[in-house]
Amino acid sequence: MSVRHALRTVVLALTLPVVLVAAWWFATADSTSFYFPPLAEIVETFQPTWLEDPVASSRIVTEALPSLGRLTVGYLLALVAGVALGVAIGSSAKLRAFTEPVLEFFRAVPPPVLIPILMLFAGIGTQMKILVIMWGCIWPILLNTVEGVRGLDEVLRDTARCYRMRRTSMLFHMIIRGASPQIVTGARQALSIAIILMVISEMFAANNGLGFTIVQFQRSFAIPEMWSGIILLGLLGVALSLIFRAVEWPVLAWYRGYRQAQRGGN
Amino acid sequence: MTVPTSHRSLGRAAGDDDGTTRSTMLDVQGLQKTYYGSGQAVEAIRDLTFTVDAGELVCVVGPSGAGKTTLLRCVAGLLPPTAGEVVLEDTVISEPPAGMAVVFQEYGRSLFPWMTVAQNVERPLKEKRLPKARRRELVGEALEAVGLADVPTSYPWQLSGGMQQRVAIARAIAYEPHILLMDEPFAAVDAQTRADLEDLVRALWQRLGVTVLFVTHDIDESVYLGQRVLVLSGRPTEILANVDVDLPADRDQLTTRSAPEFTRLRGEIYELVQRAKRGERPSPADPSH
Repeated sequence: MSVRHALRTVVLALTLPVVLVAAWWFATADSTSFYFPPLAEIVETFQPTWLEDPVASSRIVTEALPSLGRLTVGYLLALVAGVALGVAIGSSAKLRAFTEPVLEFFRAVPPPVLIPILMLFAGIGTQMKILVIMWGCIWPILLNTVEGVRGLDEVLRDTARCYRMRRTSMLFHMIIRGASPQIVTGARQALSIAIILMVISEMFAANNGLGFTIVQFQRSFAIPEMWSGIILLGLLGVALSLIFRAVEWPVLAWYRGYRQAQRGGN
Repeated sequence: MTVPTSHRSLGRAAGDDDGTTRSTMLDVQGLQKTYYGSGQAVEAIRDLTFTVDAGELVCVVGPSGAGKTTLLRCVAGLLPPTAGEVVLEDTVISEPPAGMAVVFQEYGRSLFPWMTVAQNVERPLKEKRLPKARRRELVGEALEAVGLADVPTSYPWQLSGGMQQRVAIARAIAYEPHILLMDEPFAAVDAQTRADLEDLVRALWQRLGVTVLFVTHDIDESVYLGQRVLVLSGRPTEILANVDVDLPADRDQLTTRSAPEFTRLRGEIYELVQRAKRGERPSPADPSH
């Protein structure tokens, strides 16, 4: 039963990608367009473009790895800072009233337009790119955390106070756990923003990175290579979201059951 | 038997030199609570003075809106009183004290949904920094005592309402409090479960010797459970009467509830609550009648 169920899930998840790839494959099979080369050609260039021997000097290590490193650092910094600030702001009505308009303003500013400004004081190196990613990622995490902390049940807070929960346990066992469904929602939104900003931050001024490489290919009219880079980006996004789900699943196991019980489906 | 007590004459037994009287656990003196909001002051509690001796089981009843929950939150140290003080074991309360546990009405909202049953019971013990072996022992005993020894790894939301309230009670008794506050704990469970839980509270109280302050709106429940019933007036709240419950210590749902004395007390308190609803207040000279 559960094997069949798992099989069904896999089949369901793979059907659409297979159909789309097949459609692309056959639609471009006889393509003579310079900009839309046959998928077969793109796939052929994938391995030599990204995974040539030796692996240590292949583009996946020299270009994709630095990008992923910046993404990871920027994203994790945003996660820590967003949750920390979110807990502080969510816990205090005064602080919330004080900061909320400003937060909404900053959130509305698209991070890419800040790149030229950030370049002025953070340079054009790794630091600037991490800052851009962090800046873009922090808002959904911060605002969702604020909502999560604000929505914590009053009775639960009273209970925690009655049993004299210490500050650190209050923070980790009560506030962050209680707000975790919203924090996860924010973190998920931030992940796709992080990927976008990882690429964009490399398009302005960079000497390595996935975005940089793809733009280079584009400018030198290496179109199949460019397409292979775009596919690699997509695959990376899928991998990151799988990792995200693997972390989310156990963290929110309680919440899925809780919600179901509240809906009366016990 | 009604003892027409003024709210000032429920003297403290502590310090009685014959050594047989029980000491005062809880001493509420001139408690007053006014809420200030949107430019308008609402006086919820005008003047409450009463004591609860160590080991007593005292029920508090009053008409709805009589500030019962406000009273309990003040006693629990969750709400600062506007005037007066709450003294628990000779210490004035300004925050939830160590020797106190509270069982709230909203069981579904007072258990941590991300913790299992056992983790919910154990959490406060961790806060007390008890060693692991002792914690495990207390959690096991408490769950056993409320009849939930078989579900420690379940989550609260997997259990029925009555069972969830049992978990909250288990958490409270595992904490080994000197005083247990219960805020209409059975108002949200069905009648049969309610009877079971009432018996559970009586049994635990007798076994553990813990002091219990039990707030309820249910007159029958207050008589069935309490050694003494404090009847509150309507808002702004004062104590209308203190009624001693002269029923045998061994109580059960059938015989106790059909005893003539039960019926008489029930009638008496019912009458008092009706008067409270009509707005009757204790006069300083003749406080209860």
